[in-house]
Amino acid sequence: MSDRQSSNAYWQANLRIIWISLAIWALVSYGFGIVLRPLIASIPVGGSDLGFWFAQQGSILIFIVLIFFYAWRMNKLDREHGVEE
Amino acid sequence: MSQFTLNLLVIGASFALYIGIAIWARAGSTAEFYAANRGVSPVMNGMATAADWMSAASFISMAGLIAFTGYDNSTYLMGWTGGYVLLALLLAPYLRKFGKFTVPEFIGDRFYSQTARIIGVICLLIISITYVIGQMTGVGVTFSRYLEVSNSTGLWIGAALVFCYAVLGGMKGITYTQVAQYIVLIIAYTIPAVFIAMQLTGHVLPQTGLFGTHDASGVKFLAKLDQVVTDLGFGSYTGHHNSTLDMVLFTLALMIGTAGLPHVIIRFFTVPKVADARKSAGWALVFIALLYTVAPAVGSMSRFNLTATMWPGAETGETFSQPAVSLDAIANDPDLQWMRNWQTTGLLNWEDKNGDGLIQYYNEAGAADAPVAAIIEEQGLVGNELTTVNNDIMVLANPEIANLPGWVIAIVAAGGLAAALSTAAGLLLAISGAVSHDLVKGAINPNISEKGELLAARVSMGVSILVATILGLNPPGFAAQTVALAFGLAASSIFPVLMMGIFSKRVNKQGAIWGMIAGMVSTIVYIFTYKGWFFVAGTNMLPDTPDAWLLGISPASFGTIGALINFGVAYLVSSMTEEPPVEVQELIESIRVPRGAGEAHSH
Repeated sequence: MSDRQSSNAYWQANLRIIWISLAIWALVSYGFGIVLRPLIASIPVGGSDLGFWFAQQGSILIFIVLIFFYAWRMNKLDREHGVEE
Repeated sequence: MSQFTLNLLVIGASFALYIGIAIWARAGSTAEFYAANRGVSPVMNGMATAADWMSAASFISMAGLIAFTGYDNSTYLMGWTGGYVLLALLLAPYLRKFGKFTVPEFIGDRFYSQTARIIGVICLLIISITYVIGQMTGVGVTFSRYLEVSNSTGLWIGAALVFCYAVLGGMKGITYTQVAQYIVLIIAYTIPAVFIAMQLTGHVLPQTGLFGTHDASGVKFLAKLDQVVTDLGFGSYTGHHNSTLDMVLFTLALMIGTAGLPHVIIRFFTVPKVADARKSAGWALVFIALLYTVAPAVGSMSRFNLTATMWPGAETGETFSQPAVSLDAIANDPDLQWMRNWQTTGLLNWEDKNGDGLIQYYNEAGAADAPVAAIIEEQGLVGNELTTVNNDIMVLANPEIANLPGWVIAIVAAGGLAAALSTAAGLLLAISGAVSHDLVKGAINPNISEKGELLAARVSMGVSILVATILGLNPPGFAAQTVALAFGLAASSIFPVLMMGIFSKRVNKQGAIWGMIAGMVSTIVYIFTYKGWFFVAGTNMLPDTPDAWLLGISPASFGTIGALINFGVAYLVSSMTEEPPVEVQELIESIRVPRGAGEAHSH
């Protein structure tokens, strides 16, 4: 039973990390890259604006950082809950 | 040495390398054939995934798609990379923990239903076969352009090569050939891009050159490009012209479609541990980003080079400060040899409509309000005279447009082939696994020996290569449409069912089955309504225009809606039927924690 509870706490923590990561994932691509582009249009980046940079380059770089952050954070979480391989 | 000999040498050497690797990495067991014995390091698997994923479309077509549309086609850049975040967070670690060989096998076990497994096989086969036809066509085109053989001879050579290493090596052979193919294709893509970025902006990195200053005119490169294309009546390069809603939905369809593609998912079965599956998705995206951050630079710079070739004044000053390129220059100027080369392929063509000896290139539709209107009036133009510019020449002709040495052209040819062949091999593996493991062993003959199953896998792979080649020889006229179909189906059928299988304990057999059917059928019907039934021209029931689309949603974006329908139906049906059995709920508990991944595949 205690095992079940510990894995529930583990799963809840995992879901929280996933939600935060996906919020950033959506913000940089759908947000800054598309929908919110007009709001940040006044910030110039090399001949265009910040939204254009997010759409063509920035979001890809942040996706990479997100995946490695998630992998690092989950490895830590696995150890904290004693469920690592 | 002639260009032809160079091409032959470089392509021949790359093929010898692939076959050498395949012989070295032969598969002896089903575990090796389906999952490379789960012994592939996360970095190697990342590289192989990148080659697996980046198809002829990524290598040859994507930069052209961005070149002629600009910002609006950023959807491809974000969509085809953002899917890896979903894979890493929502699918790959859990499917690796599950520890089986195929995607339908997970669907069948998690939803305790042979029917669900068979529906999974059907989705997988439709997705992978439509996709592989596009790859085989790409192989044929590349061969015929660079090795001066007919399209069909090129296809058969490509098919024979894939047959050698995929059938022999299975996942193990394919993984290590894909690593080699990745290296060939990334070198081939980067070298011309670096040269062009240096010529135009003085930056060595195309990624920074894109946002740098155009040397010849002293203004920012993107501002210069916007100026030149709007002068000619085209929409601005960096501007937003399409529907915002459709852009969001299309990007989302590409992302969840990517995460639902079976040939990509099975790559994550090959790593030793759950932690490696998480990390490996990151490495895959690093290697993919090396190409995807270069592609927008290649697109914008080759668009500029093409336009400045047609209007030589654009290079240093005002677009119309010099007359348009002359027929005489096209026929005799050694710098324009590439135009003559590509005219013979039919991908580029021009016509001096008003007979003034000049070829004026502009956008007829947008000319009235643009500076080009004055030129049209003055020179008596009756229409755009650069009559054909195929998207694909933006990458394939790039080295020639920029006057790069012959060996660069040969490497680009080898890179295009590597991209198409590596993706074809991955798709064929997914197909043969579904046939031999899910149909033959799972449904027809559960008692088949390991040797028998391995033979069945090899035979089904051989048959699928044959089918793909024959369809590639006679493309049913929908090669260009298959992307919409493959991604729409992966998004609307496979991704939701996998995600619900992991994140919900309540979704049951009935929910999964009806969800998959509803998602798949609604997406297919929507695409066929606008594109024609089975893509046969003239059978579409509504015109394929933004006005006729439901709420302005294009057929290619509908995968997102199909996925929502799938989720909705699955939850609704599950809530009205009984909970999944206890042992299935325990299975879900076990795939949610990494511990015990090593032994998971032995029971």
